[in-house]
Formats: sequence, structure tokens, C-alpha cells
Amino acid sequence: MKEAPLSSCERAFILGALAEKRRLDGRQAYDYRELRIGFGVDRGGCHVQIGETRVLAQVSCEVLVPRQTRPNEGMLYINLELSPMACPTFEPGKLSEVGVEVNRALERCVRDSSCIDLESLCIVSGEKVWQIRVDVHVLNHEGNIMDTACIAAITALAHFRRPDVTVCGEDVTIHTAEEKSLVPLTVNHMPLSVTFSFFEQGFV
Amino acid sequence: MENIRCQPSSLTRPDGSATFYEGDTTVVAAVYGPTEVKLSKEQIDKATVEVTFKPKQGLPGCAEKAKESMIRSTCESALLCMLHPRTAVNIVLQEMQDSGSLLSCCINAACQALMNAGVSMRFVVAAVSCVLDSEDQIVLFPELKQEQDAKAKMTFVFASNSNNVVLATSSGIISPKLFQKCLITSQEAGTKTFELYRDWLSKQN
Repeated sequence: MKEAPLSSCERAFILGALAEKRRLDGRQAYDYRELRIGFGVDRGGCHVQIGETRVLAQVSCEVLVPRQTRPNEGMLYINLELSPMACPTFEPGKLSEVGVEVNRALERCVRDSSCIDLESLCIVSGEKVWQIRVDVHVLNHEGNIMDTACIAAITALAHFRRPDVTVCGEDVTIHTAEEKSLVPLTVNHMPLSVTFSFFEQGFV
Repeated sequence: MENIRCQPSSLTRPDGSATFYEGDTTVVAAVYGPTEVKLSKEQIDKATVEVTFKPKQGLPGCAEKAKESMIRSTCESALLCMLHPRTAVNIVLQEMQDSGSLLSCCINAACQALMNAGVSMRFVVAAVSCVLDSEDQIVLFPELKQEQDAKAKMTFVFASNSNNVVLATSSGIISPKLFQKCLITSQEAGTKTFELYRDWLSKQN
């Protein structure tokens, strides 16, 4: 569906209010909305709500062959889904421009900042490594998807537990949860994003 | 039956939304409609019902497409599509937690979301999941372990006006006599579900 364009009187109203240091919901310039984080029954499932914006994140893992350029490291894959339920303009399937931007920013925030130690995900160098997959679903879009998605992804990664593995020579045994307790991921630090908006070329 | 709960209007953007809980299994449904439809999908005499089901992890595959087609056929028979020609009713379902009976939870969530959106319906639907365990006992709204160990799994969807079967899907091996027994047991559960719906709606207003 096409996005309804912002009318000029709405635009003038918002800019005028901002010039008087007033926001539509009464907050001050640096006030945050209420943040709520909930966890699911499965390990690695997390639901974050900032105001009315809701995002669900789920972490899962799989044993795969590592990349040839990095045989000692596991893989971290982040998949952002702008669900059509979040906003009528989001189409199912291919991500829009906005979606690609947020996805790329999420990848930079989580993967490129090395907040998860990828070397600890290696089982047998060059043959078997863990691939950690983070699925981030946006459920309701009331602004600031970037921050909400970031918090959801990091919290889900910190909550997640992967199965324990024992390597005995050539034998690799992946233990079930009943045999050996699940192992957390090595989280070095927790990167968080904060979004700022500039109006009138930075004068407001 | 005590573990069935519903939270209507859980999302602010869609026209109608509902979060449906069956024990631990949770599904969020959102409805946009009747709304603009792509020319290729336009039907001149009725509304086009589009269903999207998103699993919690991984990309949607064949199992998800199968669920979507079952939910779509259920909603098409329930909705008064002829009232809104050349429009679309978009139903989006997100799996929040799967602890068994996922299909029935999805259909119930979709029905609640459609009621929340105020789209005209011929009847409302109630879906009941039922399995036949290894001792030929009928278990309603099974959990994940019970579903995996079951001899046969069935999902029945009933209409509120006539209590007739709208959708019946099964997998596994089951004798016709036992199938009838499951159907009757599920129908009784469906009647109780309709009473729950009336209860919730009266509490809302």
C-alpha cells in the first residue's frame, strides 16, 4: 500500500510546536518512552516494547561449514523482517529501502562491533561451526524501530543458550538439553543505539 | 480450556488485532481491511482475502504456506466478501511461541482480529486441535510433546451459527469410528469456545 503523504498543515504544526520546544505527546527533547522487555518460554526469545513500537527477536543455532576465509570463526546472521502487520506500507517479502537501511545498521551494531565472540562458536576448525541466526520481527511501528530492534537483538543473544558439544578426536557429539545443560554465548559487551532527529538543518 | 485467553487490540497500527493464547502457544494476528488491493489480485465481485503467516525463527517455507492456505479458506467462508468488492482484507499472523496446537491458535487469533477490526462476517469460527495418543485416548489442545508422540493429529474448525465443520485437517492413521469420536469431542470443545468468545465480548462492552 502507498504511504499517505504528510499534509502541509500537519508538517507546519509539528515544526511550529518543535520551535516552541513542544512534542506531540508532551515529552521533552531528550525524554525516552517507556521501555518494556519480556522473555518467551524458549531460550533466546525476547519481546521489546518502546512506547507502542513492538519488536520480537528469536535466536536459533545450527551447525554448518564455516566460511573459507574464516575457518576458525562461527557465523552470526541477522534477519530483520518488517512485518506487514507493523505498518500498512510494509510489503511482505523483499525489504524496502528503509528496511535495508535498518538491517544494515543492525548488522553493523551487533556483528561488526564484535559483541559476540565468534571464535568461541568453533567446533572443528574448517569443518563445523555454529551459525547463530537472529530473526527480528517488527510487530508494531510507532517510530524508532532502530533502537527497539537493537535492544531486542542484543537481549535475545544474551538470553540464548546453545547446546553443549564434546569433541573426542574425530567424534563430535552435540548433547541435548537433557544430557548436558545448555551453554550461554560469550557476550563481550552490549551495544545500544540511540536515535536523534534533526530539524531545520540542526537549528532545532 | 481454562488456559485459553485473548487480548484484543494488542497493536495500535492495524485496523484490528488480537493476541490469542492457548496455554503457552501465542499467536498475534493483525487485520487491515477492507483496503486497497493490487490490480492483479482484484476480484470484481468480492474482497480478496490475503493471509501471511510468519514463523518465529527461520524463513517461511512449505509448512507455513500450507497453514496460510488453510487459514485463508476458513476466513473466506466466514467473511461476507461480497459486501466489499474490489478490496482486500489482509490478515498477518506472527507466531510468538509454539507449544503445540499452533494451527488452531492461528485460526482463533485471526477470527478475533477480524472481529476487532469490525469486518462483517457470516459466522465466527472456533478451531480445536485434537490428537490421538498411543493408547487411543483423545487429547484436546495438545502440548508439543503430546503432538510429537501422537498416532494421529487433527484440527477442526466450527462455525458459530450452525456448529457445522468449516475445516477439517488430519495427519496420521486413524479409523473412521475414532475420527467421528474425535469430531464429536472437538465439537463440544468448540461450543465451549464460542461461549468464551461471547463472555469476552460482553466484558469488553
